[in-house]
Amino acid sequence: MTELSQLIVYGLATGCIYSLIALGFVLIYKATEMVNFAQGDLLMLGAFVAVTFILTLGLSYWLAFILAVIVMAAFSYGLDAVVLRRVIGQPQFSVVMLTIGLGFIFRAGATMIWGTEPYNFPAPFSSGVSVVGGVVISHVAISIVVGTVVLCSILWAFFRFSKLGVAMQAASQNQLAAYYMGVPVKRIFSLIWAISGGVAAVAGILIAPLTLVDNTMSMLGLKAFAAAVLGGFGSIPGALVGGILIGMIEQVSGAYFIDGSKDIAAYATLLLVLLLRPQGLFGAVGRKKV
Amino acid sequence: MAIFQARDVAIKFGRISAVDGVTFDIEPGTVFTIIGPNGAGKTTLFNLISRLYDTSAGTLTFEGRDITNLPAHSIAGLGIARTFQNLELFDHATVLQNLLLGRHAHTRSNLVAELLFLGSVRREELAHREKVEEVIDFLNLHKYRDSMIVNLPYGVRKVVELARALCSEPKLLLLDEPSSGLNTEETGEMAFWIHDIRDRYGITVLMVEHDMGLVNRVSDKVLALNYGRVITIGTAAQVQSHPEVITAYLGG
Amino acid sequence: MRFPYKTDYGQDLDLFKSSSDRFWYGLLALVLLSMPLWVDTFWLGEVSYVFILGIVGIGLMILTGYAGQVSIGHAAFLGIGAYTHAILLSMGTPFVVSLVGATALSTLIGAGVGFPALRVAGIYLAMATFAFNFLVEFVFVRWESMTGGFSGFAVASPEFLGVSFTSGGGFYYICLLSIVLAILLTLNLLRSPTGRALIALRDSETAAQALGVRLARYKTTAFAISAGLTGFAGALFAHRIGYLAPDIFTIMFSIQLLLMVVVGGMGSIHGAIFGAIFVGALPQLIAIMRDYLPDSVARQPGIEPGIFGLLLVLTILFEPRGIYGRWLKIKHYFSVFPMHKKAAFSRQKSYTKSER
Repeated sequence: MTELSQLIVYGLATGCIYSLIALGFVLIYKATEMVNFAQGDLLMLGAFVAVTFILTLGLSYWLAFILAVIVMAAFSYGLDAVVLRRVIGQPQFSVVMLTIGLGFIFRAGATMIWGTEPYNFPAPFSSGVSVVGGVVISHVAISIVVGTVVLCSILWAFFRFSKLGVAMQAASQNQLAAYYMGVPVKRIFSLIWAISGGVAAVAGILIAPLTLVDNTMSMLGLKAFAAAVLGGFGSIPGALVGGILIGMIEQVSGAYFIDGSKDIAAYATLLLVLLLRPQGLFGAVGRKKV
Repeated sequence: MAIFQARDVAIKFGRISAVDGVTFDIEPGTVFTIIGPNGAGKTTLFNLISRLYDTSAGTLTFEGRDITNLPAHSIAGLGIARTFQNLELFDHATVLQNLLLGRHAHTRSNLVAELLFLGSVRREELAHREKVEEVIDFLNLHKYRDSMIVNLPYGVRKVVELARALCSEPKLLLLDEPSSGLNTEETGEMAFWIHDIRDRYGITVLMVEHDMGLVNRVSDKVLALNYGRVITIGTAAQVQSHPEVITAYLGG
Repeated sequence: MRFPYKTDYGQDLDLFKSSSDRFWYGLLALVLLSMPLWVDTFWLGEVSYVFILGIVGIGLMILTGYAGQVSIGHAAFLGIGAYTHAILLSMGTPFVVSLVGATALSTLIGAGVGFPALRVAGIYLAMATFAFNFLVEFVFVRWESMTGGFSGFAVASPEFLGVSFTSGGGFYYICLLSIVLAILLTLNLLRSPTGRALIALRDSETAAQALGVRLARYKTTAFAISAGLTGFAGALFAHRIGYLAPDIFTIMFSIQLLLMVVVGGMGSIHGAIFGAIFVGALPQLIAIMRDYLPDSVARQPGIEPGIFGLLLVLTILFEPRGIYGRWLKIKHYFSVFPMHKKAAFSRQKSYTKSER
């Protein structure tokens, strides 16, 4: 029983990371219909930037955290403004290939700048653990869950109450109508990329103490697709729930199923969902209008 | 005996009835036109007939055969062809390839023979080509034969779509707003072709159209649709003077 | 600029459209056939590798470039072909039989993967295929009794009458024959009703259905043929690398294969071949480049994937028709010289065509 609780706690923690990455996909997808295959690479960059602030510049964890998120948000804004804006209206395939290409470039860039040796990510609570009812919970795991909840609350309040957030929702639902209502659609899209890049950075920094920082972090992005699809691609609550489910499925299958199945549990789930219920838990597969 | 019958046809999207209890008959060799304001359910009705949508209730009968539950890809083989309001051409293929695809329902394909391109495949391709050239002659598409669709102006694409539908040798031809996006001259030509399709080839035409001039010129019978329901069926003049049709168009 | 004067509908069906085509392809055939006489073993091996990549490129082009179904999992089919062939050989199966077996198995599995494609399209299919790639990789690692697990196993190299056909000139001719056959079969397919139906699938599923094209049948066909060609190439690839290990057939390799068709030029067999030449030659180009660049840049470990990524991005942004598209433009430029006008190939403005 204790073992299972332990697994669930870790599943929840890694699941939160998948949720955040999936959230990044969904925000961009809802707004621009682009599917960003480089989301995991943005996460990786965010973690690298933060670790540099801490280790090289000697900044505190919290300051590095905030600065890295700002840097990644600005980077993603620029990415949209300079590169991605050009392919709006081209077939989805082009966009997919473009973001895959960007992912390659980011990883190569990261290798050139930071080398191939993984970095230890020092967080003030790295070594702390608490024991709750016999279950050992590391403080890193707690920080991931708390961080995810806080971030989601902030984003929810932003989209619900701020003028900009509402404008973003409008632009996501109907580009043309939003444009006529005076919403600067292009800039809004760039801002959504910025938010998505910021979310990726948060996810990267939250998980970094658990994994070490190197360019294999970008593979998390692929697993997060399973989360987004399980939840229903295009649904924000779906992304969050899907992420946590995938995290748990992974941990549990790793412990109780054949050796090594932890690594592919997410992909097996992805295939099953696509076969049995392509619209996921919360989504609806729209029909093309003719 | 009517070539096509719709009986109490309905479809719901969620709680909204897009088409509700629609009943009509089309006599062979006539042009039957559906008019109605935007959102009246005209295109939805077309999508029901070509089986892209599933009906919630009612039956569709073509030549005495119930087609309500047939899969979409078997409709062409029965002899129903259609065009699309916003054009659904194969954009990165040539006009010729598009038209040959119009022949698909009449094509028997055998993968092994095709991989080896046996004589039988070549002969069949040439036979289809003859048919396609007939349609090219009829609609004057000679000079566009080898052009990619993406490189063609809108007016020509519209004609190519009509041609593609004709290549399948339909008995019933569904035209979704044949004149939209065309200039007056092109619309005139379209009216001429629709007449010819009916008279020369004996094809029955079911058409959705907004341009009243064109409707008056070619229609044998007109059906007015609003909020998914039939207001009235009759000749073009009768329908246009119907008080409910007038209110539907003017609003109120 | 010359236009062939057509007098017969059959001319549109012919593979060679003009006598100059015949001449140039004849010359190419001579060069390729005589290559073992004037090229050393290393370069012969490289050219053979380009042929293998070319077969994969054609397979992927049928699926992605013609039928419009994206696959980010083709390295899995390559792996299935390679492992099946190597395992069959190790059991003493004759070379040709084993080759056929590898092709048949990957064709079958391809048709199986095509099955989810009936329910999901576009981006979902891309995800399904990369998930498939991970699962296959997992099988290669875990099915140790067959595949040798992580440590992998060496591929047998059978001989026939004392001539090795898995290295040097013998292997070169097998690869050459294979790619020529692959091209011919594919061209035949593309000028037949099935080829057209695949294009219909790509450009408008709605219209395709309305014209009587069975989506399920043609999607499965496209996947099966594509996987079959790729598996066949995989069997040849096994000899090229000589030693199979699961970490060869990763999703990164799949992406490289996809890059090959995109950079080469989508929707044409020329594109697949150009892409294969390019991807085959790139490591050599990078190696040559390294001699001229300062060490700080040239010795970077990430440079190769970085260059791949950069090329992919540049192609999509500036030359969506790839190398073949650029080639056509250059050819056009010279054939109308000096009457070239800038707008000859300008694309029409496109608007967002929503898929929601």
